[in-house]
Amino acid sequence: MYDKPLILTIIIVVLAIVVAPFIYWRVSPGALLPPKLELPPGGEKRCVEPVDFMRKHHVDLLERWRESVVREGHLKYVASDGKEYTMSLTTTCMGCHSNKANFCDRCHDYVPVKPRCWTCHTFPEKGGSTK
Amino acid sequence: MTRRKFLQLLALSGVGLIVPGASVRSVAAEVPVKKWAMVIDMSKCAKDGDCIDCVEACHRVHNVPKIPDPKREVKWIWNTPFERLFPEQGRYMGRELREQKVLTLCNHCENPPCVAVCPTKATFQREDGIVMMDYHRCIGCRYCMAACPYGARSFNWQDPRPFVRTIDKGYPTRTRGVVEKCNFCDERLAKGLIPACVEACKEKALAFGDLDDADSSVRKLLRSRNALQRKAELGTKPKVFYLPA
Repeated sequence: MYDKPLILTIIIVVLAIVVAPFIYWRVSPGALLPPKLELPPGGEKRCVEPVDFMRKHHVDLLERWRESVVREGHLKYVASDGKEYTMSLTTTCMGCHSNKANFCDRCHDYVPVKPRCWTCHTFPEKGGSTK
Repeated sequence: MTRRKFLQLLALSGVGLIVPGASVRSVAAEVPVKKWAMVIDMSKCAKDGDCIDCVEACHRVHNVPKIPDPKREVKWIWNTPFERLFPEQGRYMGRELREQKVLTLCNHCENPPCVAVCPTKATFQREDGIVMMDYHRCIGCRYCMAACPYGARSFNWQDPRPFVRTIDKGYPTRTRGVVEKCNFCDERLAKGLIPACVEACKEKALAFGDLDDADSSVRKLLRSRNALQRKAELGTKPKVFYLPA
């Protein structure tokens, strides 16, 4: 085999990269688990929509709210259970999930996505940066 | 499967993709559509030449930054000499009249050039005539600023937050790279309040109301007084009217 040392080195490096996550998983199993989110301090149990829907579609819901409020001038949202909510990130969402750092950020950092809501929208004082 | 069948199936599945249940529903506001307008009584406004109560009120509730550099400043409503607002009318006026400070803001034109040029529809006209900004969509191209004949728009050359004295949590701030302007207090109108500037004026120099309602405060004023509109010859149909002193 020509270039034996070079080829062997490359094979070892590639193998190390492929295997690394599994070793990491073995060494510290907690590190890759989804983050623990802080539920509303107020003890609110029911979100605007069922938890499963909110987990998957909160972005879509927020986008629809945004279009509805800014472009169509509607303020109220009727949830699937008939309850009425004011469509507002700052007051409705953050009203319950008042700790942005321990709720929004933890998951967004894990995923990792960088929503740009907070360059304009405000959130309750404690918890979180404007990132 | 025949080619025909296949195409039919394909078309049907396409329809299935478009229709899926709109899970988000909103309640339509049941307020009859109005046509908002403002009337500024220049004689009342000029009584106290240094008064900027309306400016302060507006900029406070909307988190408008106070940036000292005039090239970067952001403003929704401000005072300007009469001759700057009405160059034609002011041509042969005496100096005192020409230099009299007059309030100016977005005219919420019925025929807004800014809306016509915006490539992303970030600025658009609502049914009630308010020319709105959707800051989420603004890409900062500033076509609207070039199109606006009244200079009513400001661009955020930098993050405005450090320049907002106290952030009012009831309203968002803006971010670097978007254009902003007066919104006729749409957020207050939605709650049944009048615009902050109108409310703040001690002299009651500002009137706000529905142009389509013959009994509204603005129509009453326009019925009995001569009124000016800025650059009316352009055909933008401004909805801010000025009652001369």
